[in-house]
Order: sequence, then structure tokens, then C-alpha cells
Amino acid sequence: MTTLTRARKRLFSNSLNAKSARAGILFVLPAVALLAMFLVAPVVLAFSLGFTNAKFASPNEPEFVGIENFTELLSLGQVSVDADPSDPNSAYDNLRDLTKPAADTPYAGMQILNESFSEDGTKADFTLAGDALFWKSLKNTVIFALVIAPLQGGLALALALLINSKIKGKVFFRTIYFMPVVTSMVVVSILWIFFYQKDGLANVILDNLIPGYEPIAFLTDPNLALPAIIFMSAWQGVGFHMIVWLAGLQTIPGELYEAATVDGANKWQQFKAVTWPGLRSTFVFVLIVISIQAMGLFTQVNVMTQGGPLDSTTTVVFHLFREGFRKNEIGYSSAIAIVFFILVVLISIIQRRLTRERD
Amino acid sequence: MIKLTRALLAASAASAIVLSGCAATDSASNSEEGAATGETTTISMWSHAAGNDQEIATVKEAITDFNASQTQYEVVLEEFPQESYNDSIAAAAASNTLPCVVDVDGPIMPNWAWAGYLQPLTIDSALEQSLLPGAKGYYNDQLYSAGAWDAALGMLARKSTLEAVGARIPTVAEPWTQAEFDALLAAIDATGDYDYAIDWGNGWTGEWFPYAYSPIMQSFGGDLIDRSSFETADGVINSDASVAFGEWFGSTFAKGYANAAQTGDRTEFIAGTIALQYNGNWAVKDAYEALGDDLLILPPPNFGQGPKIGAASWQFGISSTCESPEGASAFIEFILQDKYIVAFANRIGLIPATATAAEQVPNYAPGGPFAVFVEFSNSYGVLRPPTPAYLSVSTIYEKAVADIINGANAKQALDAAADEIDANLADNDFYR
Repeated sequence: MTTLTRARKRLFSNSLNAKSARAGILFVLPAVALLAMFLVAPVVLAFSLGFTNAKFASPNEPEFVGIENFTELLSLGQVSVDADPSDPNSAYDNLRDLTKPAADTPYAGMQILNESFSEDGTKADFTLAGDALFWKSLKNTVIFALVIAPLQGGLALALALLINSKIKGKVFFRTIYFMPVVTSMVVVSILWIFFYQKDGLANVILDNLIPGYEPIAFLTDPNLALPAIIFMSAWQGVGFHMIVWLAGLQTIPGELYEAATVDGANKWQQFKAVTWPGLRSTFVFVLIVISIQAMGLFTQVNVMTQGGPLDSTTTVVFHLFREGFRKNEIGYSSAIAIVFFILVVLISIIQRRLTRERD
Repeated sequence: MIKLTRALLAASAASAIVLSGCAATDSASNSEEGAATGETTTISMWSHAAGNDQEIATVKEAITDFNASQTQYEVVLEEFPQESYNDSIAAAAASNTLPCVVDVDGPIMPNWAWAGYLQPLTIDSALEQSLLPGAKGYYNDQLYSAGAWDAALGMLARKSTLEAVGARIPTVAEPWTQAEFDALLAAIDATGDYDYAIDWGNGWTGEWFPYAYSPIMQSFGGDLIDRSSFETADGVINSDASVAFGEWFGSTFAKGYANAAQTGDRTEFIAGTIALQYNGNWAVKDAYEALGDDLLILPPPNFGQGPKIGAASWQFGISSTCESPEGASAFIEFILQDKYIVAFANRIGLIPATATAAEQVPNYAPGGPFAVFVEFSNSYGVLRPPTPAYLSVSTIYEKAVADIINGANAKQALDAAADEIDANLADNDFYR
């Protein structure tokens, strides 16, 4: 009798398992299918195309070219040439004899990444790159990520703390700060083009704040275009991270604050000893999400500056887009995507390591 | 957490590719659905003119009339903004989802024909004969595209401005020389009445740059590429004449005559804050309505080789994957009737593609206020290099000129462009 019930029980539970397993598979199927189509397939495609000379538009069949794309993308070189102090173009002309695509030198096809002239002006040192625009793009992307992570994350935390305190109209402020996040980035970018014009809102505000201020066209100044995009991006995304911080803040039990108050801790001490440790995992999440979003900077650049002026706002994803879609070099563009993918993975692993140690 | 991170990682790497692919997929199904009903065949069509209300309204009118005129075909339109139109076509071709009827910018057509996006176009030979040369696109001696208009560029000015600074009003027979034009810019700048002396239109991106500026470079004696072989740009795009153009053009920005931060709405000329505007005949209607008889439409300056302006504008073609080319060419013949050519010309101010249509457009009829554009088009029009390489040449040239506007050394910018074009040519086996 007992064995029978046990067997029946087992049978029953087994079928339940099988049933729920089947249901489970059904539930994940749509997600898996979408991920396979929009994530796995493009990544596999990018990895295979990166080793070919595939063109977007060409009647010619793509050919396997090995690591040629990667050598062009990553190669760097140093060369010094004679210069004529009285003719500023002479050094560039001499260099071009070495770097012409048809030249029979190891520098053929390379571009100028950096230059410096000797004091008397008779020698010029050039740093060359197979793809100078890639290195400029990488530099801009890294600057963008390094500045925006603390700026956007910190601002979002400050806003979350404000909204989390017992003030009236909490929902109102939360909505206001969140509004740019739900607005399309293209729309936001177009609006900010107007803000940044010489007679735009930004200049009007600065003019009222600073006496004797000269209006600046931010987006055509090579030194200010990237900072302008950083500021606008931080403003646009700050609401999202504010909500994440807010969720983190609300998981901290109120008793901890009561206990801290009883111990005589002031607001700052409470923040240091209770709030911040309680936000540990939120911090890691916000940091990693901001970094990854920052590395993918594209829309703002595409709408506002097209990488200019003088390459000061070109980014890796924009460079990838320009090579692939404007110049039809889809194979080369895929090679950039692979290098970029590896870079982002490395950065994320490093961030995880650094933040985990302190756990 | 880790999983989420990984997902985000992959998403950010792939998003650029996926996003552009998405835009194309919707329209692909159109033709299949239409065919499935068995009654009418759906002909999908893409237009670059989203946001250009007058142009798109005329296209839509023609489509409605065409669909009502017969029951065999139904044309379905999808609109794209001009800035992303070419990218969308490239993405659609890669995913094999091209629409049936495309519109194509004249100079880009050889590239699309070479790449296999387009099939040769067959239209009624009398109609083909009647179209202006600038409204027809030939590649390898075959007709691939035909359009309802040609466009021409000119220099817009106020008569009162020129009189105030005592400048000569140029004519087609005697355009401004470079010295006269330089003096004019300096004189306008010196009045202090204007924010800038000239609006070159550099707020527009993409094909506008080579369309508007490479003819000026040709007027200096330069060019984009060696037109005898189409196999090298070195010594042409960076020739002394081309560099002279680059230096001069950059200097108009460096001296503050033109605004490097010019925006695309280009309202300053009508508002009176910029004195001259280098613009196409499509923009003249608004200026004429605002300024009336004070508006002057002037030939561009002669920088040595005579004034030059770009010829060939947007035209219609049929994609290689179109399953009912007869229906597509029937529609193209339909929209190229004088009725619609007149409507395009009246509404957007473009040069009518046939002489019979021109007679019905008051502005372009002999003695009309815009008839001078027909003269510019006939006397100064130069084709951009008709080679499949043009798509790359155009992108590379745009970046070089943008850099020059922002203060880059003209020689270095154009040298770099020459090297990049030559590398691209070699990379594509010279587009043979």
C-alpha cells in the first residue's frame, strides 16, 4: 500500500515536472527566438564578415582576407621626415611620398595621427596609423565614457536623494526628470542643436549669467563640441538612473536611519554609513550600464555633428557606421565591431573585478 | 546581473547593424501581399522627399490618379527623409527588400546600376526624347532613370543690398570675377548690417556638398577625379587649382563672411540677416514671394573657367528585384506627364523636364521670373563624375570640405581625400 502511494506520488510529480518543463520551454521560446535573430545572428555575422572584404553594394563576391582588416585598423607607425622651416607644407609633402597608397614603403596608405616639429623646424615627427580616424574615435569615446559615468551617475544620485526626501510634489519632479528619457534621442538632439547655436538658449543663459560674455557656436568649436554633447547626453539620461538609484534607496530599511539618528549621526554621516553601503549593488549596476551606453555613443553624433568639427566628436560606433553604410565597407566595418566588442567586454570584466573585490 | 551585462554588451555591439536592417523590413512584404490577392499587383515605391510637403504632395497626387486610372497595379508609397534615404536603399539591397520604384539622385545612379540595385528603364521613346538631358540618367549607354525636373543653383541677392555697396549686377554674359566677388563680400561685411555676408548652405549635409561645391572647384580648374580613366584622383582633387579653391572657400569662413555653424533651415536670407545665399531654384519661390522685385537671381561667380553649377537631380528608376517592371514603368510614364511636371515646377520651383511643360509654368516660361535658371542650367551645368566610384568620392569629398570649413589646411585635407579615394578605387578593383 505504502509503496504504491509512493510510486503514484513519484509518477504524479514526474509528470508535473515534465509538464512544467514543457511550459517553461514554451515561455522562453519567443525570447530565445528574438535573441537568436537580433543578437546571436548579427554577432555571428559580424565575426565572420570581419575577415572578408565584403562590400555592401558590389557585384563582386566577398573574399576571405584573413586578418588584413585588423592590421589596417590597428597598425601604428613612427616616421620622421625633413621639413623646410620657410614652407609649412614641405613636411607634409615629404611625408606623402612615403604614405601614398601607391608608394613602395611600409607606410603606404597610412594617415597622420599626430605630428610634432623639431625646434628649428627642419625635422618633423609623425605618428601614423592605418586608420587614424579609428584612434581619434576611440579617444573621444573613452573621454566621453570617463566623464559621463561620474557626471550622470552622480547627478542621478543627487536627484534621487532629493526626491526620496519628504517633499511635496515628489511625483511631479520625478516625472519632470524622467521626461527626457522617454523622448526620442533624435528629437532631443535636434532640439539641442538649436540650444547650442550662437543665438541659442545656452548662449542666452550664459550671457545673462556672465557679464561681457561672447556667444559661442558650441557644435562647430573643436574644443567644445564634445563637452557640449557630453552635457546634453548626461541631461538626457539622468532620469533613468535616478529611478534606478531611487529603487535602491527604497530597499534600505528605515530602522537603520532611526538607529543612526539615535546614535547621533548627522545627515552626512548617515549617508556615508547607511545610504552608500546600502546602495552597493545599485552602484555597480548604474556604473556598468552607463559605461556600456557611453561606449555605444552614436545617435547624438550622427544627428548633431557627423563626427566633426575636425573629427573632434567622431566615435567608434559612428566610425563603424560611416565605414559600413556610407562607404559600403561592411567587411571592414565588421572588423571594427569585433575590436569594439572585445574592448567593451574587457572593460566590463575589469569593472566587475574592481567592484567585486570590495564586496 | 552578469547575464544582463552580457546581453547589453552584445546588444550595443549589434544595435547599429540591426537598427538599419529594421527600417527596411516593413515595406518588403507589401508587394507579396498585393500579389497574393490576385487582383491588383502592388508596386512599392520609396521617396526621398519626406518632410518636403509640396514635393511629396505631388507624388501622392500622381499615385492616387494612377491607382484610380487602372485596376491592374496599385502603387504604395513610403517616405524617407533625404539624409537617410541612400543608407536605407543600401540596407534594403543588402537584405533583398528593395521597393519596386525608387527615386535616385542623378550622380548616384551609376553606382546603383553597377551594384545591381537597378534594372534598365524602358519608357515611351517619344517621352524619352522630350526630356531635358539633365532629367535622364544613362549608364553604359542604357537609360536607367528619368525625372520630372532638373535643378539649378544660383546666387540670390537683394537689389537694394548690391546698390547700397555699389556692386555691379552681373549677367549671364558677364558674371562676377573672383576679384569682384571678393570685393563684394568684403564690402558687405564692412557695412555691419548683416550677421554674415553669404550663406553657402553648409548646414545641409550629404550630397549637397559635392553638388554645390565641386562645380565651384571646377570653376577654379580643379575636379574630383580624373575623368579620362576614372581610376585615380591624385593630382586632380589635390591639384593646385583644387587647393586654390579649398583655400579660398575656407577663407570665406575664416574671415567671418560665412558661418561654419550655419543651420539647415536657411531662413536668414529672407529674414535679412545674411546678404547673399547660394541656393537652388527649389528655394527661390519662397524668396520671391517674400522679396518680390527686390530679389535678384544671379549667376555664380567665374573663378577662372567660367561659372559652373551641378546638373542632374532626383529621378525615378526601377529596382532589379522588381517583379512587375511593366507596372513600374507604366507608373513612371504616368508621373512624367506634363500635368505633374507642371505641378512639380509650380509647387517646388524646379525646372520642368520638358519644353511643353515649361510653357505652362508662368515662372519658367520665357520672360518669367525664374527663366534665368534655364539659362544657367544650359550654360553652366556640369555633370558630377558618372562613375560607380562616385558614391565613395562624394562621401570622402564631403568630409574634406567640412574639415576645410572648420579650419583644416586645404592642401592636407585634399591630399588625404586623394589618398582615400585612390585606396577605395584599388579596393574595389576600379569598379570594373
